[in-house]
Amino acid sequence: MTYFGELVINGISLGCIYTLIALGFVVIFKATEVVNFAQGSMLLLGAYFVARTHSRVGFVPAVLIGIAIAAVGALVIQQVLSRAKFADPITLSIITIGVDILLSTELTRRIGQQVLSFDDPWGNRTADLGPFTVPQARIAAMVVAAVLIGAFFAAYKYSSWGVATRATAEDFEAAALMGIRRNRVSMGAWLIAGALATVAGVFLGTSPSPGLNNTSNLTALNAFPAAVVGGLDSTGGAVAGGLLIGVVQSLTAGYNNDLSFLGSPLGDVSAYVVMLAVLLWRPSGLFGTREVARV
Amino acid sequence: MFDVLRRRLGLVVGVVIVVVLAVLPLYVGAFWLQVGLFAFAAAIGAIGLNLLTGSTGQLSLAHAFFLAVGAYGYSYFSGTSTNIGGGIIVHGAGLPPFLALVLAVLLAGAAGLLFSPIASRLRGIYLGVASLALVFICQHLLLNAKSVTGGFYGRNAPPFSLFGFSFTDANPPLTVLNVEFGQRERLWYLGLALLVLAYLFARNVLRSRPGRALQTIRDSEVAAAVMGVNVRRYKAGAFVLSSMYAGLAGVLIALAFQRPVPDYFDLRLSITYLAMIVIGGLGSVGGAVAGAAFVTALPLVLTHYSNSLTFLAQPGQNGIGPAEFSNYVYGAAIIVVLLVAPGGLAGLAGRVRGSTGRRRRAEPVDVVHPEARDTDTARLPSGSALT
Repeated sequence: MTYFGELVINGISLGCIYTLIALGFVVIFKATEVVNFAQGSMLLLGAYFVARTHSRVGFVPAVLIGIAIAAVGALVIQQVLSRAKFADPITLSIITIGVDILLSTELTRRIGQQVLSFDDPWGNRTADLGPFTVPQARIAAMVVAAVLIGAFFAAYKYSSWGVATRATAEDFEAAALMGIRRNRVSMGAWLIAGALATVAGVFLGTSPSPGLNNTSNLTALNAFPAAVVGGLDSTGGAVAGGLLIGVVQSLTAGYNNDLSFLGSPLGDVSAYVVMLAVLLWRPSGLFGTREVARV
Repeated sequence: MFDVLRRRLGLVVGVVIVVVLAVLPLYVGAFWLQVGLFAFAAAIGAIGLNLLTGSTGQLSLAHAFFLAVGAYGYSYFSGTSTNIGGGIIVHGAGLPPFLALVLAVLLAGAAGLLFSPIASRLRGIYLGVASLALVFICQHLLLNAKSVTGGFYGRNAPPFSLFGFSFTDANPPLTVLNVEFGQRERLWYLGLALLVLAYLFARNVLRSRPGRALQTIRDSEVAAAVMGVNVRRYKAGAFVLSSMYAGLAGVLIALAFQRPVPDYFDLRLSITYLAMIVIGGLGSVGGAVAGAAFVTALPLVLTHYSNSLTFLAQPGQNGIGPAEFSNYVYGAAIIVVLLVAPGGLAGLAGRVRGSTGRRRRAEPVDVVHPEARDTDTARLPSGSALT
């Protein structure tokens, strides 16, 4: 039972990390209808610079630098995409695949076989939560993610940027007529996605993971099922999907020995099986808007 | 005489290319034959992906899965039960290779059909993300279903043979014009023949009623449904057809590798195929072939000549190696093509042909012709009030 509880807590924490990435997908999708396949390499970009600078400036400033670099990188991608004026969202999404090839090739080449650590304040220490022993970094991930997610939702609901984004997502033509600049809205969305991805990247590289390596961007792909399960256009769905996928992954990986007839490793594939099952049942995800065609 | 030639320019160019490809094995060495073989296989796969993504507008990242089904399906159907070491015994059906090829293609189609309840319900981008799942499930199966796939180190694909003629170095020995026809030369002709068939079939599908239906679905699902196109069925059909193409390509890949391994069939492979059809020009069958040749050959050729290419790092050195360099090239190519020349290589070829043709006489433009992608700008932005 203790084991089960620890797995669930670890899963929730992993789910919080996925939620940060999935929120990036969702906010970009809502603002521009583009699915950003370069999210994984944006994450790697930010986290790589955190790993490269922390020994000189300290952990927290390094994270801020990483966030800034990933946000600027995201903005560059957004500017490239905005050059294609008449392209439909699928074409734009394919362009982000091209960006992903470039960025991830360069970053994985630089990382090579190294495992980059962050020297984060939590290290390998664990904490006792009642009967459960959990890595401190996982608890920190939960707390930081909860704060960021809360801040995001507050901004999304109350700030003028949030109102403008929601208006654009609702009906971009009407929003444009009300004087909302779509370009600004989409710039904001990309900035936030880049920043959130960096934070997620840092926590993907802290305990119990040994550090950032050249496949960390692929781990970030697990946030795709999270976003889709919740519904690509639902911010609340990103949270629900992230937590669900995180817990499912943690449990299937933890009980892999008992499920050995299903093969191993089960962690990665379980997220995608859950996604397919949800899509069969609800093609727009759990909380996504159902598409209605009117003629 | 010249007028006829001009009007049939496409046909003439096609015949010339096929003839050149048919005599090449008499002149080029083993390396280029191997490159060609991979290019033929990739071209067939790319035509299939293009039918789905280019012509029907359904983004799919699952192509690696269907390629793997073809490759391992062939190995299973034609193979026999053997102990490949490491305590793994792979099973096989021991069927004749030609039958195994057909069954492998059908199996890939069946896999596509299994996925079609999802494929036909999802629109464009959701499908793209959902299809990611197949790649990961594929990796899981390839690594774990050891009695069929052989696990991490793969299993041997038995050589192909047709009516007693075997596509190996001997049996019967064959020498044409003083050139010994070994396994690579023979497979080259197999690949070329299959590619020509695949090319013609795809072209005819696109020019017939189902092809028009698919292109209408790409342009607007609502409009297609209003015109009486059964959108779900056609989307599922496009998915099945595209998986069968991938299955055939997978068989050729298995024959070229002689031993397919799971590592090859990962997400990178799917993305590589996407790069092929984007660079070649979405929706164009010929473009898919050109894009496939380019994307397949680039890393192989760069690796082969990396000794004389000073800007590339040698293996083991820090710096940009051939694989990374070709990644940069086609990553950048995807971006540039889609931003600047959405028609890709096919669009450029069409423009050249158009400029020579206009001097002659104005040809009526076929607006749904796949190469006439310029008409796209006139179409409703998706996500507008209609959808």
